[in-house]
Amino acid sequence: MLAWLKSKWAYLAISALLALVILVPFDWFLGRYTTLMIFIGIYTIVTVGLCLLMGYTGQVSLGQAAFFGMGAYVSAILSKTYGVNPWLAMLIAAVMTGAFAYIIGYPIFRLKGNYLAMATLGLGLIMWILFRELSYFTGGPDGMSGIPYLSMGGFIFNTPFKRYFLVWFFCLAVLLISQNIVRSRTGRALRAIHGSEAASESIGINVDQFKVKILVLSAVYASLAGSLFVHHLRFVSPQPFDFLASVKLVVMAVIGGLASVWGAIFGAGATRILSDEILLRFGQWDIVIYGLILVLVMIFMPGGLFVKLKELFERLRLRYRQRGVEH
Amino acid sequence: MSTAQFVQYLVSGVTQGSIYALIGLGFTMIYAVTRIINFAQGEFVMLGGMLSFTLAHSLGLPLAPALIISILVASLVGAGMYVLAIRPAKNASVVSLIIITIGAAIFIRGLAGVLWGVDAVRPPVFTGSNSISFLGAYIHPQALWIIGTTVVVTIIVHLFLSYTMVGKALKACAINPVASSLVGINPRTMALIAFVLAAAVGGIGGVVMAPLTLTAYNVGIMLGLKGFVAAAIGGFKSPLAAVFGGLLLGIVESFAVAANWGPFTSAYKDAIALIVLMLILLVRSGKLAEEERAG
Repeated sequence: MLAWLKSKWAYLAISALLALVILVPFDWFLGRYTTLMIFIGIYTIVTVGLCLLMGYTGQVSLGQAAFFGMGAYVSAILSKTYGVNPWLAMLIAAVMTGAFAYIIGYPIFRLKGNYLAMATLGLGLIMWILFRELSYFTGGPDGMSGIPYLSMGGFIFNTPFKRYFLVWFFCLAVLLISQNIVRSRTGRALRAIHGSEAASESIGINVDQFKVKILVLSAVYASLAGSLFVHHLRFVSPQPFDFLASVKLVVMAVIGGLASVWGAIFGAGATRILSDEILLRFGQWDIVIYGLILVLVMIFMPGGLFVKLKELFERLRLRYRQRGVEH
Repeated sequence: MSTAQFVQYLVSGVTQGSIYALIGLGFTMIYAVTRIINFAQGEFVMLGGMLSFTLAHSLGLPLAPALIISILVASLVGAGMYVLAIRPAKNASVVSLIIITIGAAIFIRGLAGVLWGVDAVRPPVFTGSNSISFLGAYIHPQALWIIGTTVVVTIIVHLFLSYTMVGKALKACAINPVASSLVGINPRTMALIAFVLAAAVGGIGGVVMAPLTLTAYNVGIMLGLKGFVAAAIGGFKSPLAAVFGGLLLGIVESFAVAANWGPFTSAYKDAIALIVLMLILLVRSGKLAEEERAG
């Protein structure tokens, strides 16, 4: 009974979400927020990867913007400078970023806790310096513009309305794939690793291999998001991939809830709305607020804000049901 | 490279390295007592510099009280950070603590951006800006202040840890928190003292550095990272080792830029510290993992 109810709830929630997602860009609904929603979709893709990485390997990445930036720059350079088909460029970017994550994965996961965090921070900064200084390829601090739109046959994704559906198609695909991974054998192995690395190893789980796999997955997600980002804006500069960008990604993951797939939409959504709609008028105040959010959420709900809200909702629902039984 | 050039680069390396040394000293003190890497360490340096600019330049206070107040306020922020952000997070995991100190860092940085704006500022120099000639190299008087302050602070910290009751308690707490709480040392008080000391040392670094190198609301991250590299070279073991690490990093940076060889042009100056960081972490990863497990 409970399982059935639960699945009915999940079904309802997902249908409602889907309906909302489809209706948003129409002018008579929330059309004026189309651009905002495109960014939420793009950042959700990065955040899912980070949530999986942080939630399931128990490690923080302070350099996730580096993967995001790699996808963006590889896509931009290949499609603009070398005239490669944007879809092919996107694929090459994802493969390159994934391979990069694979190569650094084994040495970097020999580190733990503080040192791993510092190493990811260092990597992120190194990539950012490269984006800025390899100006022959990247256009330097001023960036590069005139990146082509994505297109399919004769259909060009040249309006926000069209790109909205493209981005959210990718976003929902990534969410579903992640959901499946979490519920698979791999997901269970990852949860075991988060519980205790030593115990997982003793029952035959190759801990390092799983961690590297998740790192590669999160890097590929970030790269994909980066490609969508540049083909949407048609412009790329180092600024969206700096240290603060990595911290903001952590904020999204922390709000969304670590080890939670659907929370990523919530985290990315809340953060983008906060940034683009509310705090934009207050200049530097946005990072003050983000700092506060990070500290407060970590002190009072280390599992993440979304997870806490979900728990609260479950508790309320149970209380309501119990009352129903008594009557 | 002539002797004069060599001395010039050496002095500039030691000057820059002195700042890294002071930050590394702070990292080491906090880590030893609490096992926390304080990602906000660089922000104390930024605060010291920005406060001294406001007090000595904008408000026109005499230099000495301006510097002292700046350092005191930075220390107070360190205390506030421990009491408000670190202590309430009881039994937090390492990852949670990392995220908390990063949150605190960008909180402080953001407030500084709001208060002071985004432009770089230069507080007044301590004793003039006529360069001193030494073996053909030109040395800015402020550079001597930086190096001298680092030497004095290092000696004071060393004496404090070795010969005072509080210092010895800090050391005891670093070696074994459980055993030291059995003999009446409160680990939380010790952690508070470590944060205050680290913030004070960072603030001192900030006030002596800013007149020479300028400062802005966003200098904290890079400085913090380099201080971390200094502490990592020293193995997070002793404050003296961190000071040595800082000087070494400063000298390596200075000569790498001087060599202007291959990719090491000044545009990549910051990348040098990062590459050194990666090398240390990878070479010592086995040992570091063991330490982390031992707690």
